Amino acid sequence: MTLLAPTGSGQAPPAPPAARSGRHRLLPYLLLLPGAAWLLIFFGVPLVQLAAASLYDPGGSLSTGYALTWAFGNYPDVVQAYWPQFLRSFGYAGLALVLALLLGYPLAYAIAQKAGRWKNLLLVCVVAPMFTSFLVRTLAWKTILSDNGALVGLLRDVHLLAPDGRLLATPFAVVLGLTYNFLPFLVLPLYASLERLDYRLLEAATDLYASPVQAFRRVTLPLSMPGLVAGTLLFFIPASGDYINAELLGTPNEYMIGNVIDSAFLVRLDYPQGAALSFLLMAAILAVVFGYLRRAGTEEVL
Amino acid sequence: MRVSRWLADRWVMIVALLVLGYLALPILVVAGLSFNRPSSRLSYDFNEFTLDNWRQPCATSDMCDAVVRSVQIGFIATVVATVLGTLMAFALVRHRFRGRAGINVLIFLPMATPELVMGTSLLALFVSAGVPQGFWTIVIAHVMFCVSFVVVTVKARLAGMDRRLEEAAMDLYASEWQTFRRITLPLVLPGIVAAALLAFSLSFDDFIITNFNAGTTVTFPMYVWGAAQRGIPPQVNVIGTAMFAIALLLVGLSSLRGRRARRANLLAAAPAARPARRPS
Amino acid sequence: MTGMASETPAGDLRLANLTKRFGIFTAVDDLSLTIPQGSFFALLGASGCGKTTTLRMIAGLEEPTSGQVLLGDRDIARLRPYKRPINTVFQSYALFPHLTIFENVAFGLRRRGIRSVDDEVTRMLSLVQLDGFGPRRPAQLSGGQQQRVALARALINQPQVLLLDEPLGALDLKLRRQMQIELKRIQTEVGITFVHVTHDQEEAMTMADTVAVMNAGRIEQLGAPADIYEFPATAFVANFLGQSNLLAGEAAGTSGGEVAVTAHGARFSVPAGRSRADRGPVHLGVRPEKLHLVGSADQVPAGHQHVTGVVSDASYVGVSTQYLLRTGWGTELSVFAANSGTSARVPVGSEAVAYWDPRHAFLLPRDAADTDRTAPVLDEPVGASS
Ligand SMILES: Nc1ncnc2c1ncn2[C@@H]1O[C@H](COP(=O)(O)OP(=O)(O)OP(=O)(O)O)[C@@H](O)[C@H]1O
Ligand SMILES: [Mg+2]
Repeated sequence: MTLLAPTGSGQAPPAPPAARSGRHRLLPYLLLLPGAAWLLIFFGVPLVQLAAASLYDPGGSLSTGYALTWAFGNYPDVVQAYWPQFLRSFGYAGLALVLALLLGYPLAYAIAQKAGRWKNLLLVCVVAPMFTSFLVRTLAWKTILSDNGALVGLLRDVHLLAPDGRLLATPFAVVLGLTYNFLPFLVLPLYASLERLDYRLLEAATDLYASPVQAFRRVTLPLSMPGLVAGTLLFFIPASGDYINAELLGTPNEYMIGNVIDSAFLVRLDYPQGAALSFLLMAAILAVVFGYLRRAGTEEVL
Repeated sequence: MRVSRWLADRWVMIVALLVLGYLALPILVVAGLSFNRPSSRLSYDFNEFTLDNWRQPCATSDMCDAVVRSVQIGFIATVVATVLGTLMAFALVRHRFRGRAGINVLIFLPMATPELVMGTSLLALFVSAGVPQGFWTIVIAHVMFCVSFVVVTVKARLAGMDRRLEEAAMDLYASEWQTFRRITLPLVLPGIVAAALLAFSLSFDDFIITNFNAGTTVTFPMYVWGAAQRGIPPQVNVIGTAMFAIALLLVGLSSLRGRRARRANLLAAAPAARPARRPS
Repeated sequence: MTGMASETPAGDLRLANLTKRFGIFTAVDDLSLTIPQGSFFALLGASGCGKTTTLRMIAGLEEPTSGQVLLGDRDIARLRPYKRPINTVFQSYALFPHLTIFENVAFGLRRRGIRSVDDEVTRMLSLVQLDGFGPRRPAQLSGGQQQRVALARALINQPQVLLLDEPLGALDLKLRRQMQIELKRIQTEVGITFVHVTHDQEEAMTMADTVAVMNAGRIEQLGAPADIYEFPATAFVANFLGQSNLLAGEAAGTSGGEVAVTAHGARFSVPAGRSRADRGPVHLGVRPEKLHLVGSADQVPAGHQHVTGVVSDASYVGVSTQYLLRTGWGTELSVFAANSGTSARVPVGSEAVAYWDPRHAFLLPRDAADTDRTAPVLDEPVGASS
């Protein structure tokens, strides 16, 4: 057994605190540098450039070149031309969000609180579909909803759908696709905060005369708020910027703002317009996000 | 009376199972179609059972090239993003420094920005800088949008870690480095692994940003997109089904291998980290 | 095997003007004390008074705002924790969840490059009665078992100073007694200096050579357990360590080795040697077990002093009966009467006289605004509210 002096050399003078804290002061910046630089160069700078591009002379083209003419007129122009798609984007995303909350909350709650030893299995069932390519899954919906598919046939037989009614190429299909594709992103954060919920709190609430509904409203819901807020954002942000679902499951009548931006950049090659639209979309989303965060009172969500 | 009681106790579970069915439905269709011999190129209906697609998944060789390319991009982007993001998470959780708010905004914004905007703006950067687009621009883009998610995932795990464990280690003669090696790293590892898995799945499945920055390079999602216009070869469903099976297998293996506690950790770490964002 | 020890400047643990502030809040306030090498030192105090913070500064987990921590004549206040021959049993255990119990206990030895740890760990585990628990993980242990692992993990290193932050709090009485004996044995055998934080007064008194009572970041009194108990230095100590009846009075100076006190219209005296003040506002203190109850004033033996009142409550607690005696001015005094079978029980509601030997009383300085204090939790005399 050792009656020890782990220093060994015994009287080593203590490190001067100044030196240590000096190194400590630099360390966080060194840790942050590579990641922050990456984000600044490949996210920050392009955003600024995009802002500049949105003010280019709309008369230019890729071949003749663009001039930065501070053409603020680009913004009213695109709003005028594409406000229906803007409205549709937020309308579809909002509708899908409501559906997703109705489906996702019970699912998250059941996995977190009711599943017992099946918890991990159910969780895998939520996560695993994300590994099948998202385009492949959306195409599968196209098959499911197709005019000569079993689902449409069934709905026509029970007269829920007119004999010539369709599911594919309707707003319904687009909203369904949005709900489906982004549902896991709502469920996972929600699950994480519901999982931490101590069931004894619910017992305590019941003990204090709360009905199941009241216990849910007064205890479960407030305690799951961080997860709910995070999940809502992670659902809504990509859903409102999406254009794949509208493209594959809808028609140009269901096009969202994403489809317009996509074609502005890749088909019409109208950079100023595409940039202005992108910027408007981002501004609108940030406005919604921060308005929502303020109301939800949860600053440190993400 | 007894029926209603039974229902009252279980309706949440019943709804949950129905929702899970909804989530699984397209996967079942994909799996089914992977055994289909389509009647025509543009038909998505089940025609005839066959194993051909599974026997020759690479019958359309472009597709397999695209898959390989996606895996390569996913791997490189995952490694880089995981390292960068983990370092940032440590700085944010473990150090006090000026400019923290700015860094937080820089990390939050990419998650709050629609992919489309990131894709288009990055395209503008590459075009104006005269960088030819291709494999490496895709990698750069993927690292960019994965970093934030890595930071958030690892940060959650780190923040949930009891600092007193590290103090206890230091008290027990572990130097800073030993403490990191023996205590911090093993305890944060599930978070880092979850972050890496998340980054890979985001990268492998990304279409929108990639589409803007790929030049002539074709990744698997881009191949699917292109094929969707011309008619999808059934082998695409083989890949989709295989990816799903691999995901299941990975999780299954990790839960077999790890002890009970570690299994829970890995699974809990993923959602706790709020992985998230687009499934693209 | 004690090769390394000779290199250590053996010696006392000394805290000199140690202060710790969190922002504007002072958790430890200019603390100075000396803990002789090899002694068993107990730190007592109300929750939140700064005990853990003091231990953390000794361990090196918290940097003092100012002041020194000296081991022998070496200032270790700014040494990294792993450079100090000091180990801690954490209040929250802090067991490593990803390591087995065996590896937890072996951790310190391994960090110091000791290869063969098996025998040592096994011996340690059986010392804390956890034979065979080695392969388990902390999450698979009960609270008390975890606490014992924390103990074993620190003890195995045989440090020069062992800091124990309520190390036995989660154990049942029997196991706690066993562990106390075990700790005391290890401490005397190996000569480790123990600094022991506890809420259990009995534990502190039976185990420690020296007890310090802390209040709001300061040491109120320090000394041998019996000295502190018999002659507390402040009203806080008098009521934190056991109970005291403190009567508010005015002292009128010493004459003939006695301090004269007037309280509630009656005159008392206390030997000068048991007085910490002899003029101005004072508390006259008597411990409840030093008070005796009789039916009338003429039964009070000569040389004793007394107070008259009505018995307002009597609770039978086995070894003794605890009475409350409401005095004429409304304060309730506690009186513990041993159930030795020699005296009859006094019925509630009857008039009674409590008397004491002046040599058992003590006199403490008092804030002018302070009134009687009879129990640790009661700031107001009980009578005032009824
Ligand atoms: N990191 C900190 N920041 C701010 N205040 C702190 C911090 N650590 C402790 N304190 C405060 O310092 C005071 C002393 O805390 P300490 O943990 O030393 O109490 P304690 O005597 O060990 O109490 P207990 O018996 O309840 O364990 C408390 O009031 C506590 O709130
Ligand atoms: Mg404490």
